[in-house]
Amino acid sequence: MKRTIFTTLLIALLVTACSGTRPESDIPTLTIMTHDSFEINAELVASYESENNVKLVFLKSGDTGAALNKAILSKNAPLADVFYGVDNTFLSRALEAEIFEPYKSPALETIPAEMRLDPGDNLLPVDYGDVCINYDKGYFIKNNLAVPQTLEDLVKPEYNGLLVMENPATSSPGLAFLLATISHFGDQNYLDYWRDLRSNGLVVVGDWSTAYYSNFSASSGHGPQPLVVSYASSPAAEVIFAETKLTDAPTGSITGSGTCFRQIEFVGILKDTPQRKLAENFVDFMLGVQFQQDMPLQMFVYPVNPKAELPPEFVKYAQVSEQPASLTPSDIASNRDEWIAAWVEVVLH
Amino acid sequence: MRRTLPWLGASVFLLLFFFYPLMRILGLGLDWSGLKDGWDQVARLAGSTIWFTFYQAFLSTLLTLLVGLPGAYLIAHYDFKGKKLFNALTAVPFMLPTVVVAAGFNALLGPRGWVNVALMNLFHLDNAPILFMNTLAAILLAHVFYNTTIVFRLVGNAWMRLDPHLSQAARMMGAKPWDVFWKVSMPLLRPSIMAAALLVFLFDFTSFGVILLLGGPYFATLEVEIFIQSVQMLNLPVAALLSIIQLLFTLAFSVLYSRVVSKVNVASKPALNLMRKVNTWRSRILVSGILIILVSLFILPMAALPLRSIARFDPAMGERTVQSTSLTLDYYRELFINRNGSLFYVAPIEAVRNSLRYAGLTVLISLVLGFPVASALARPGRLERVLDPFLMLPLGASAVTLGLGYIVSFNQAPFNFLTSPWLVPLAHSTIALPFVIRSLQPALAAIPDDYRKAAAVLGASPLRAWFAVNWPLIGRATLAAGTFAFTVSLGEFGATSILARPENPTLPLAIYRFLSQPGGLNYGQAMAMASLLMLVATLAIMLIERMRLPGSGSF
Repeated sequence: MKRTIFTTLLIALLVTACSGTRPESDIPTLTIMTHDSFEINAELVASYESENNVKLVFLKSGDTGAALNKAILSKNAPLADVFYGVDNTFLSRALEAEIFEPYKSPALETIPAEMRLDPGDNLLPVDYGDVCINYDKGYFIKNNLAVPQTLEDLVKPEYNGLLVMENPATSSPGLAFLLATISHFGDQNYLDYWRDLRSNGLVVVGDWSTAYYSNFSASSGHGPQPLVVSYASSPAAEVIFAETKLTDAPTGSITGSGTCFRQIEFVGILKDTPQRKLAENFVDFMLGVQFQQDMPLQMFVYPVNPKAELPPEFVKYAQVSEQPASLTPSDIASNRDEWIAAWVEVVLH
Repeated sequence: MRRTLPWLGASVFLLLFFFYPLMRILGLGLDWSGLKDGWDQVARLAGSTIWFTFYQAFLSTLLTLLVGLPGAYLIAHYDFKGKKLFNALTAVPFMLPTVVVAAGFNALLGPRGWVNVALMNLFHLDNAPILFMNTLAAILLAHVFYNTTIVFRLVGNAWMRLDPHLSQAARMMGAKPWDVFWKVSMPLLRPSIMAAALLVFLFDFTSFGVILLLGGPYFATLEVEIFIQSVQMLNLPVAALLSIIQLLFTLAFSVLYSRVVSKVNVASKPALNLMRKVNTWRSRILVSGILIILVSLFILPMAALPLRSIARFDPAMGERTVQSTSLTLDYYRELFINRNGSLFYVAPIEAVRNSLRYAGLTVLISLVLGFPVASALARPGRLERVLDPFLMLPLGASAVTLGLGYIVSFNQAPFNFLTSPWLVPLAHSTIALPFVIRSLQPALAAIPDDYRKAAAVLGASPLRAWFAVNWPLIGRATLAAGTFAFTVSLGEFGATSILARPENPTLPLAIYRFLSQPGGLNYGQAMAMASLLMLVATLAIMLIERMRLPGSGSF
């Protein structure tokens, strides 16, 4: 009896294990390598697949840095045909590694010039999002405190201990915020600002989830800080994913001039793909209106294609910065390590 | 030849799925011309990092033993109500993803956690009196929370196997209970305690998530630095050098361990049912005392998650800091809805099935490979002494490094495995194998050779003698080994996130997906998914422990 139970269990395990493989078909496969925040509507994929007689395979490969690393390391035997998710902080590194081949997509015509950071068209812009400080509306009303409007405001004594941010060495929104201050105060003076911010009770944590869910007071974690470094689209997400229907967002973004850093994400065709035509077609699709309109509610980013319509929640609750901070990708690439190391020295040690 | 045979399976497996990818990635990273430059950077980074890595691992291991040994004593000697559930629950922390554990500790001890809120209300304080998150204390407590189950299982099982006649004889000759413990039980338990301590130490030494999420940015271990260098800075040469340093330390500890653990042959008995009932006042105080400490340490941080998964906070704007709550099943209901029609939406049942399938395969692979090795190690020859420390290396390899190693090694013929559904359980098995071997080895070593010889003299074939004699004695250790393999796989996040195909995510990956977007529903669903993981884990472990292996009798 006992023996039968054990044997049955063993067989059951083996059977379920083997059932994972499926037969190959003759429809060509296009593989897209991306980071783990990538989301897309299932029906959109299905209709694209049937219209173009192709099977799409998405390879999620860790966060932005890990995924790019994987693409670079496997460049001699590429794992995919298309890579999506290089952002402007990694752009120069990605181009230096020479893993992409240029593609001048006809869809590029509609896209604003300021988004096209790679003149060689190896990497084409797909979406953007602003890293901004979010504030807890309730906290500032209840305490009769004005919401800070500028980076300079944050070092005022009334905001002592109210801001939580992510470590730029381990988190991409943290790095983006550091870059915003460098763009605003300049390479020479930004560290002075951070010294002041540190003495004004700046709280630093390791990653976005901790900052938002453990420390931020307006999230479900009910933390102690009413200001958090997050995204300009986060207030819209708070409304869409609210526990009960909300008539207004519980949070807002501070989007004043120079307070936000704009992250732009790019797609590129990986070198020597045997399926250049299919890859080109998919890149066109990513820049096209259909995909661009699906993106906001899937990944909480903004479409680069001006013809794409924004969902109502974005129009109502998410703001983009009129004048985001900016640094050239080559500037970021050549100074990034030093900037981070200097920041760690000043703020953490 | 007869001596190398047991090593064949595990060696081939580790060579292919551990050493080969590791060498490939380290080879790529090490740029010999830039070595001098890389070395300067490492020297600048490494000093304080190595010291802190040691320091926190040492303290964590000490505390884990301090909490674990009384618990192991309890498990080995007393029968009490709910013991099976308690046994299963203590193994659950081991497989919870760090994001979830951080959320649990935050709900309990964070600045707005229950303890602080209660103290603030009680003493009318304006600020939280207990500063816990982002301190060394948080790191240490989380390590104890995670790893005490290793001590429970390894030492508890050994303690149960100890021949009770030895201590009874000592008592009869007039030894005090304390002396019996120090002079009889302790020396006999030493191999298991050392094995547990080594595993715990290596886990703490290579700690990543706990340091990053609970310790915060002010602390960095070697593993955290490797992550920063390889993923954030894309500085592979420095990451490779740091990985090698970490591996060398792991090897050194393992060598040290095999030197310290001398060959101890202890006669063991097939577990007699000598469990004591809790019926005297003394035993009642002892048992409930230990239980209260353990429950508050293990169960309370975990209880925060299921509680949060059914509690809804009043979302009225500006009142969110006021904790008015109502009960809800919304988060569980929401798990079944694919609101955005996302391609990567996974029904909870699907995630449970993926997790269980990977975990089941990991148990199978690591037991099949681990058994022969553990048997060989139980009667070590020269070969065993040399190879033994290398078995522990997978615990010292950085998950990021190894994950990248898999990418460069298995993306082309002849090893075209990257899209294989087997890759995840195979990667999990490299981590589970050291646990399986360390759980089985002391039990196998404790089997007196006389028993098998007697069976042989009586005419049993070697195989039959093995099944009749060894099997009944190691049933419990096999279950412990299986449980370890199961838990290692169920909770693993780092390698899975790089290797799992997005259409087959595991429970930890599904939880992480919810926690990477803002919004109350996402948070609630993460808590609901985490509660589901805990439920599945508890049930599975209870089932494993209840399983009676063929011919192993009762234990």
